[in-house]
Amino acid sequence: MSAGAALEFRVAIREAIVEEMERDESVVFFGEDIAAEQGGVFAVTPGIQERFGTERVFDTPISELAITGAAFGAAVTGLRPIIEIMFGDFMGLAMDSLINQSAKYWYLSREQRSVPLVVRSAVGGGGRFGAIHSQTHATWFQGVPGLKIAFPSSPAEAKGLLKAAIRDDNPVIFLEHKRLYSVKAQAPAPGEVLPLGQARVARPGRDLTIVSAGKGVPDALEAAGQLARDDRIEAEVIDLRTLRPLDIDAVLASVARTNRMLAVEEGPATGGWAAGLLGIVAEHGLHDLDDVWLLSTDELPIPYSPTLEDAFIPGAAAIASAVRERAGVVVGR
Amino acid sequence: MTVDEQIVTEAPAAYLERYGLMLLIRLFETEMQRLFLKGEVHGTTHLSAGQEAVPVGVCSALAPDDYLAGTYRGHGHALAKGTHPDALLAEMLGRVTGVCGGRAGSMNVIDAEHGLVGCFGIVGGSIAAATGAALAAKGQGRVAVAMFGDGATNHGYFHECLNFAQVLALPVVFVCENNFYGEFTPMLKVTAGGDIAGRAAAYGIPASVVDGNDLWAVREAAVEAVARARSGGGPTLLECQTYRHHGHSKADPAKYRPPEEVERWLARDPLGVAKARLAELGVSEQELSEVEETTRARMEQAVQSALAAAYPDPAGETATEFAP
Repeated sequence: MSAGAALEFRVAIREAIVEEMERDESVVFFGEDIAAEQGGVFAVTPGIQERFGTERVFDTPISELAITGAAFGAAVTGLRPIIEIMFGDFMGLAMDSLINQSAKYWYLSREQRSVPLVVRSAVGGGGRFGAIHSQTHATWFQGVPGLKIAFPSSPAEAKGLLKAAIRDDNPVIFLEHKRLYSVKAQAPAPGEVLPLGQARVARPGRDLTIVSAGKGVPDALEAAGQLARDDRIEAEVIDLRTLRPLDIDAVLASVARTNRMLAVEEGPATGGWAAGLLGIVAEHGLHDLDDVWLLSTDELPIPYSPTLEDAFIPGAAAIASAVRERAGVVVGR
Repeated sequence: MTVDEQIVTEAPAAYLERYGLMLLIRLFETEMQRLFLKGEVHGTTHLSAGQEAVPVGVCSALAPDDYLAGTYRGHGHALAKGTHPDALLAEMLGRVTGVCGGRAGSMNVIDAEHGLVGCFGIVGGSIAAATGAALAAKGQGRVAVAMFGDGATNHGYFHECLNFAQVLALPVVFVCENNFYGEFTPMLKVTAGGDIAGRAAAYGIPASVVDGNDLWAVREAAVEAVARARSGGGPTLLECQTYRHHGHSKADPAKYRPPEEVERWLARDPLGVAKARLAELGVSEQELSEVEETTRARMEQAVQSALAAAYPDPAGETATEFAP
């Protein structure tokens, strides 16, 4: 696909897997229903098994312990597995091998072997899937040294970050927001591989910095557009891209320009990445700060009913009104 | 040559060497006990004395580049797979010359050079690690072995991985060291059906119950299972019945075991069983004591070198969170 053409998010994921499997024979891909004709519940990976064969691409039993444990074992003995844990919520079953084995192996073994492993999952609310098919598991893993956590915000970002994750020699938790799968946007330049651990300025602005990741980035961009149009507030939007490593320098550089920061997280404030980010920004950038706050969800499970779920998730409108309220803008002036 | 013929016709000298390795493990555990009481081994440790025939018999059926995943009761697993006793003991003492530089400790030893994928500190972890290693091994002409205890057979890892490995016909051998106690609790009290080997039938996996205190029996079963795995025949479950001479960990005096039971198993000490068999095969007293002397000297050297090694210097640590 050439640069400039529209690329769907789910196709971007598929292209990244295909290109990396073509590039490196040690890359294998397995999970529940990923090789089935439809290519998983979100139709992300159809045709990959036909292309690379049943030895490199295969369906597994519904056994998250076995899938992640086996991926770890394979990664330390010569393969580079990409696995799919269908919904991020299911990562509760998969945590042992990721936290206690994969994350620690490089260090514990005194660098005898690294663990080149990618764990893809669909995350996030808004799909009416209810409390245990809508969570974002990034923060369950964020406090674990040795893991990387990528959370792309667009088709081009998804492709470039997944290619990087597959080439990376460390275990990478890769989050795909399910409300991004059908988004179509500009394709990246052919062969583009993005760095893991470097945030990007998704929109420059001088009045405040809005930091987010995943679906929060397009929401923040939409909110920034409204604020510019209706309130003459120019928000800078920072796309973190990875929640571990966290690119503190990029956030601090932005805050130095704008002096105000809002972190937007689709998840509870307590134990969330946004709260952690606020702490680090306060520690290192207090002299630059006029204001810093966060927009997160209630400290409750994610509800099912559309009215409840829509009110629960901080979307573009909620971000824009949070900024207006904090800035003392009178709506409808 | 059939497996039986291969075992029967093997020269006694090979078994004498394996006896030496079993003795090395026993001496290693004796030293661990002594050094723990002296405060040289930190935290806790899980001794495998009494179970030596299992790892030695199993590893005797493996090639050096085959994979083994062991447990937190794993000193014997590591030594049987080829880890140097000096490096292993130094690791136990937290010294810089340890096989993992003192970063891992007793429960988490990794020795990739010798095919030891790792020893896993949480029950069941070794089963999945070996299953995964078998995914890689399949394309490398290698075999992977999981060592685990009876307690792990009640774990999700056991059931998920047996199914997973059989569905994918992976070259893996599941070796249960059934020592009849999961930590402090009798196996039969917490294991429905009480038949570990029998569980394999549900997955269509061949299985057998093996006298885990008999080096010959373990080796025979392992040779057959490894041959099946290597030739594409898929996984095997071996239930090797054995007994640990010590408690679960250093915090456990093992008072829950009836004295008659302990007596009975001590009378079938795998070292004694092997010694008697070697004598039957015509190995002389002198040959035996030569091996014993060499092994004792080897262990003594490991102790001296580990005690002489430095602790890692925190200021000199060069650890990085991520592989480059």
